[in-house]
Amino acid sequence: MTNNDGVLLKVENLKKYFPIMRGLIRRKVGDIKAVDGISFDVYKGETLGLVGESGCGKSTTGRVILQLYPVTSGKIIFKGKDLAKLDSEALRKLRPMMQMIFQDPHASLNPRMTVGSIISEPIIEHGVLRGRKLQKRVEELLELVGLSPTHASRYPHEFSGGQRQRIGIARALALNPEFIVCDEPIAALDVSIQAQVVNLLEDLQAEFGLTYLFISHDLSMIRHISQRVAVMYLGRIVELGSRKNVYEDPLHPYTQALLSAVPTPDPVIEERRNRIILKGDVPSPANPPLGCPFHTRCPLAVDLCRQEVPAWRELRPRHWVACHLAE
Amino acid sequence: MLAKNGANVLEVHNLKTRFHTHDGTLHAVNGVSFELKEGELLGIVGESGCGKSVTVMSLLKLIPIPPGEIVDGRAFFHGRDLIAMSANEIRHVRGHQIGFIFQDPMTSLNPVMTIGQQIMEPIRAHLGKSRDEARDDAIRLLGMIGIPMAEARLDDYPHQFSGGMRQRVMIAIALSCIPQVLIADEPTTALDVTIQAQIIDLIKQLRRELGMSIIWITHDLGIVAGIADRVIVMYGGYIVEQAPVKELYANPKHPYTQGLLGSLPRLEERMAERLTNIKGQPPNLFSEPTSCPFAPRCPYVFERCLEENPALWPISSNHKVACWLEIKE
Repeated sequence: MTNNDGVLLKVENLKKYFPIMRGLIRRKVGDIKAVDGISFDVYKGETLGLVGESGCGKSTTGRVILQLYPVTSGKIIFKGKDLAKLDSEALRKLRPMMQMIFQDPHASLNPRMTVGSIISEPIIEHGVLRGRKLQKRVEELLELVGLSPTHASRYPHEFSGGQRQRIGIARALALNPEFIVCDEPIAALDVSIQAQVVNLLEDLQAEFGLTYLFISHDLSMIRHISQRVAVMYLGRIVELGSRKNVYEDPLHPYTQALLSAVPTPDPVIEERRNRIILKGDVPSPANPPLGCPFHTRCPLAVDLCRQEVPAWRELRPRHWVACHLAE
Repeated sequence: MLAKNGANVLEVHNLKTRFHTHDGTLHAVNGVSFELKEGELLGIVGESGCGKSVTVMSLLKLIPIPPGEIVDGRAFFHGRDLIAMSANEIRHVRGHQIGFIFQDPMTSLNPVMTIGQQIMEPIRAHLGKSRDEARDDAIRLLGMIGIPMAEARLDDYPHQFSGGMRQRVMIAIALSCIPQVLIADEPTTALDVTIQAQIIDLIKQLRRELGMSIIWITHDLGIVAGIADRVIVMYGGYIVEQAPVKELYANPKHPYTQGLLGSLPRLEERMAERLTNIKGQPPNLFSEPTSCPFAPRCPYVFERCLEENPALWPISSNHKVACWLEIKE
């Protein structure tokens, strides 16, 4: 799984800037650097967890990879082809292989379409199946995600949040994709329903050999579902490694603070814990600090951190970090 | 932790709140009784729609009436029944003796008032202080909750603050009259985890300094584990379990509590464990429950559960559970 042949997706120095427009003639006055030069590989069959706080660029990363936003610069190599350079027709041919599950199960389903037509739309669009076979496929997909075939004629508002997320998952699976970007798929759900959806995603991965990029702010859930984890802060990946390395031996001070801030459902552990409380807020991505993006909140920052952007180093085997001080 | 065996500051008896909606009557809170002790931090946990917010909103009459209706119940605060109070009387309690922090710091501050005005408002209204005195108090409060350059920021508007800072301002408003009871309704849910850690740390510190009693409502069992002395678990408008924090996590008795704890991934879990999930959906509250509200989802359900709703039953001096499996008659 970790050799180069197993790479399904390779992201190289990816940047996505959103222009800031001001004034009557909408002059461009600056950029929001949502994603500011990130590189990583996704191996076939794995789940790569992408974790970070709001505004760190994790969702933008997922959307840029699927070309829902055009890239500013950088490469996205999926199955040997650079998605950023493909024309729309070539991209359309690749779409069935890469799908997305969205965060908000209320906003991501068209309220005027029946569940059946929501799920069959991608199949019709790509001309895979028609008529009776299409209907059978929709029923099969509904059963696969734990719904009933009779649900096909109903509308999204008749379902609860967890069930709607299942509909979104059925739609993503409709074209037998290899790669799915899961963008906070459980953030809008209640705890007991979150576990149902995560278990379903794990079952589907085992059954179909799916590869996930799992985006979340929930560190405990990321640890549960991922084999490897990338931590983002202010548009950059600050640490990347196996789940064991990142959670048991975090190298970046931001990862360390993030992990120490997560509450554990155990009063005995909570009583003994020493938290690293970060000072202040995340700086604006329109005006990121010079040097290391984390230096304004880092408890260990020295002068070097304020002047130079830390290099992306493989400090331990297959465990990368961007920090001057980590060793 | 301050687990004092103090007197009861607040005693709630058989609170019932309903909402009369177009789709029928919603049974939001169905006979809830609990007490809050002096200096205690009481956690109320449950999922969306379990009635945890409506319970405390009813106490302070913050629910809209109609469509809401407090059908029954009494809530004694310093010997006076909050439920029976007139609108005028309760206004003197709210924000003065009982402070309230809401979930969403974006919508609970007034966008067209400076934060200084918003902090000074309860100080002037309840404590009758002059504008200058109130301003001094506000500066002191902002300093206390960790807002740098407090004096300069007093004349800023809410949109000039970040989410975490806005929640700090909400806390300053809630604490402006030094209340005996602070009710925090999901105060950190809208915040990122590092900012959440800051706010929890701040409230712990303020609690040590001011010694107030706190009711902390959340869906996050992790937060409760770290701050509460005692925990109430709610489901379908009922209290299903109630125990001191360590007892509850070490020895959960209600199948719902067990399910909730099992459905959480933990940072210290062994790898590749499967999450236990609670099958099915949260209850529909439009019909008055005659059976145990958790019965349709419960793995241990038997006949009695479908015939009769179990009441809270003490299984030890401080641990109560509403489950037929535990009730020994």
